[in-house]
Amino acid sequence: METLLRLLQQDSNTSREDLARQLSLPVGEVNSRIAALEKEGVIRGYQAIVDCERLDKNTVTAFIEVRITPERGGGFDRIAHRIAKFDQVVSCYLISGGYDLLVVVQGGSLREVASFVSEKLSTIESVISTATHFRLKTYKENGALFTSDVPEDRLPVSP
Amino acid sequence: MEDKIAAHVRDIPRSGIRDFFEIVQSMHDVISLGIGEPDFVTPWHIREAALFSLEKGRTGYTSNLGLPKLREAVAGYVSRQFHVDYHAPSEVLVSVGVSEAIDIALRALINPGDEVLFHEPCYVSYGPSITLAHGKAVSIPVHGKDNFQLRADEMAKRITPKTKVLLLNFPTNPTGATMPREALEPIAALCQKHDLIVLSDEIYAELTYDGAEHVSIAALPGMRDRTVFLHGLSKGWAMTGFRIGYACAPAPLIEAMMKIHQYAILCAPTMTQYAAIEALEHGDAAVAHMREKYELRRNYIVSALNEMGIPCPTPRGAFYVFADIRSTGLNSREFSLRLLEEHKVAVVPGTAFGADGEGFVRCSYATSLEQIKIALQRMAVFVAGLKH
Repeated sequence: METLLRLLQQDSNTSREDLARQLSLPVGEVNSRIAALEKEGVIRGYQAIVDCERLDKNTVTAFIEVRITPERGGGFDRIAHRIAKFDQVVSCYLISGGYDLLVVVQGGSLREVASFVSEKLSTIESVISTATHFRLKTYKENGALFTSDVPEDRLPVSP
Repeated sequence: MEDKIAAHVRDIPRSGIRDFFEIVQSMHDVISLGIGEPDFVTPWHIREAALFSLEKGRTGYTSNLGLPKLREAVAGYVSRQFHVDYHAPSEVLVSVGVSEAIDIALRALINPGDEVLFHEPCYVSYGPSITLAHGKAVSIPVHGKDNFQLRADEMAKRITPKTKVLLLNFPTNPTGATMPREALEPIAALCQKHDLIVLSDEIYAELTYDGAEHVSIAALPGMRDRTVFLHGLSKGWAMTGFRIGYACAPAPLIEAMMKIHQYAILCAPTMTQYAAIEALEHGDAAVAHMREKYELRRNYIVSALNEMGIPCPTPRGAFYVFADIRSTGLNSREFSLRLLEEHKVAVVPGTAFGADGEGFVRCSYATSLEQIKIALQRMAVFVAGLKH
């Protein structure tokens, strides 16, 4: 993968000037490469990684295994798109193995997520079954460790 | 008590870096670009291998030369990476860091009064280690105009009938210099002409940038049998605290070094030897990841220094920039002390690495980019103030 892309994946907040210095490129070149990546749809967006446990208002995250009947002609795509469009769904993947879709849902409470599953998800005609797993604790998200084990105890000057 | 201390030990001057360390330690909120070890924590799979060896109760001594499996891993790695082949059972010795390997190699080779050549500015231990082995340390200056590479003509001038050993360190701490094959060839020719043994400390070999290939002098024709190849896991694998180094050399030399090693050290720590096997066999990706980080930081620091008017060619190895501060009108020590006291940024005066380091300061980029950014902003303010 391109180094520029890797740097942005690690921290999309890095200023264009800092990116340019690290890559030994003119700022203009960095700007145009990023613009091209955005235009090609390689970069889909920029988001903050939030540690929900540090917020007063807790967010409930559920990982839902969904089994569906594929459709003649469309396979899983049409139904997967239909599910992905709900605002409550933060991620939706087609998966190999014992079930078909892994749907990540966020809500303000257990009840809210449960009712989304029972009222919206399970009622879709081709959905055969769902199994809902609630997140208890996050250790790492999108490459960011939520517990740091890096001690800063190096000698301040060493040969 | 002073008079009881052996003369050759008493006469070794106090390390310049030690002085500086004590000043830095007494201050708060200092950002340090003075650190000569990786800021990365050892990759998890390597730490896990050390834990696993403890769990399995592998807590006894190992063979003096090191675990046979580790010596096989070393020989395999050196062959794959440096294209030099060593017989693992008789030509590889595992040491407590590369520092110990240098010490025992010197002690195994030097008769009192033998001369040892080394290039300066250099790592702080070379001169004293030669002295402690009762050798005569003869420094060869290297210069910024040559990208701090060792020149054969400068070396030739210092060869005498008593010269026995050449100590090399490329990539170099503190300059970041590298030696491409064409620069090494005339050095190798001189060593052959004058029948010199080379101790080649290649501890930074994995950390070369811009696609520069690291060439070991041991890989040059005719050099394997007169070279002690010295390496370890501290820098490339971020394993300084594990204390694992190694020496590869013809069997009679390893045998001689082993005599000293077995009586002084017995063997390197067992659990970290197991970790080292994991590092050498499965560590390439982690090393490449860290190398990329260093390279990006190096680019950043070089461009920022040049922007503030501190001329700084791009070094191609290690994790140091040796910045030329002569245009500020200060000497290395004044520059470093004032930067520390007035702006709370620590760099190491070039003179800590030998008198030829005057006019330079060593900035390490083995520190997070966030810290480097703040340090360089402060340094820019300092330098601008000096130039007004």
